[in-house]
Amino acid sequence: MPDLGKYAEAVLSAYAVSLILIAAIVALSVWRSRAIKRQLAEVEARVATTPARSSEKTQDA
Amino acid sequence: MIALVKRDLALAIRAGGGFGLGLAFFLILCVLVPFGVGPEPALLARIAPGILWVGALLAALLSLDRIFQFDYEDGTLEVLATAPLPLEGVALVKALAHWVTTGLPLTLAAAPLGMLLNLPAQAVPALVLGLALGTPALSVIGAFGAALTVGLKRGGLLISLLVLPLYMPTLLYGADAARRGAAGLEASTPLLLLAGISAAAVALMPFVTAAALRMNLR
Amino acid sequence: MSIWKYANPKQFMHSTAWLVPLFSYAAAGFIAVGLIWGFFFTPDDFRQGSTVKIIYLHVPSALMAINAWFMMLVASLIWLIRRHHVSALAARAAAPIGVVMTLIALFTGAVWGEPMWGTWWAWDPRLTSFLILFLFYLGYIALWQAIETQDVAADLTSILCLVGSVFAVLSRYAVNFWNQGLHQGTSVPVATGGRTVDDVFFVPLVISMIGFGLLFVALVLLRTRTEIRHRRLHALLARERAAQ
Repeated sequence: MPDLGKYAEAVLSAYAVSLILIAAIVALSVWRSRAIKRQLAEVEARVATTPARSSEKTQDA
Repeated sequence: MIALVKRDLALAIRAGGGFGLGLAFFLILCVLVPFGVGPEPALLARIAPGILWVGALLAALLSLDRIFQFDYEDGTLEVLATAPLPLEGVALVKALAHWVTTGLPLTLAAAPLGMLLNLPAQAVPALVLGLALGTPALSVIGAFGAALTVGLKRGGLLISLLVLPLYMPTLLYGADAARRGAAGLEASTPLLLLAGISAAAVALMPFVTAAALRMNLR
Repeated sequence: MSIWKYANPKQFMHSTAWLVPLFSYAAAGFIAVGLIWGFFFTPDDFRQGSTVKIIYLHVPSALMAINAWFMMLVASLIWLIRRHHVSALAARAAAPIGVVMTLIALFTGAVWGEPMWGTWWAWDPRLTSFLILFLFYLGYIALWQAIETQDVAADLTSILCLVGSVFAVLSRYAVNFWNQGLHQGTSVPVATGGRTVDDVFFVPLVISMIGFGLLFVALVLLRTRTEIRHRRLHALLARERAAQ
């Protein structure tokens, strides 16, 4: 740990808040990505079992 | 086009006192501020230009969502979109009607209300001229915000979030002109810049407003 | 073969599948090296003391805050002109990242400003324009969320992005004028990127900047992929409902 002197509070809080914010946006993005991926897989599996529509499902993503 | 101006003006005046509402809001603001910051004349004189300008912004904002809302809901806007008059013209006329019912009365009322706030007399020309030059920009920029949110049920709060950042340059030059006037300085530079912003906004914003309206009507 | 082939959502999904982990690892690596180097292995500035270490967060995030908006502007233009859905979705995906970057820049600036200038906040042109940028981001995201029809939302947010860009630039210069008009001669010593920075600080700073850039790309790709899937999910659900 480097000696931050009298500015330790400022430097540490800047790093802490920034890293938390970055972690938050990354976590949010990953979490939403997984949730949507899972839901899509479910719906796709369901659609695939009804053969009438399985041919058109790739038309628009 | 003139018929549309007349119709919109008549509607705006009839629908809940277009003139009165903005003015009353302006008046209330000028009464509330001394309660908020205290009655000290020197302080009031210092902040008066800013208060009057921010008041003008908020008063203009109040009636923005009505610019296109009714015409959108009852289908008039679709008729206007297919009318020979281009939608850009409609956008300009709507903004003009908005200005006549808010910007113009505010400009005229600014001088007497300035007295309530102890605004120095030498600031009045710069303030009134600034409002006269700047409020048209507020109306055409506001019409753009109204066009963006016309399809929404509750666009009121959103419109302020969209439009107020766009008002920043206008407010800044306008209030600066009035402040310079109050300090007895030459105010022509901010006034010229303000006029430039207004001219550019009046010339260009109707096009994006019309584009946004077309997107909403499609 | 041109760049436009990536405008096809399927092609985009296919081509970017392996890019997301690549950019993510690269971003993590660069940011880790840049920040650890900056935090542990750089000397204190003789005037600013240890607060100089904030630069490794402040400058890269500020840079990306502006670049994110610029990327949204380009993506919006592509959407308005060529109607590629991926483009509109990428613009939407970038906005929250821009918000986070702006917040980081504002926060680190404030904690840096407090010991250096004696104030958390000053109505300095640079600071003020960042706050305005933040408001523009909020409005943009709010408009996306308010409109239900996705294509209309893409249209309207794109045009807002365009108009907003013009006004953001206008505000930037207006604010310059305003501040000089009020306080002639007082200038707040905002760090001006690499120019006046010694190599000791500059190398980790550049590494950190590259890291933030890679992080932005990785997140935009990931979030765009999510948006594409989300849209497909809705299309499938709507079709299913229609069939019933």
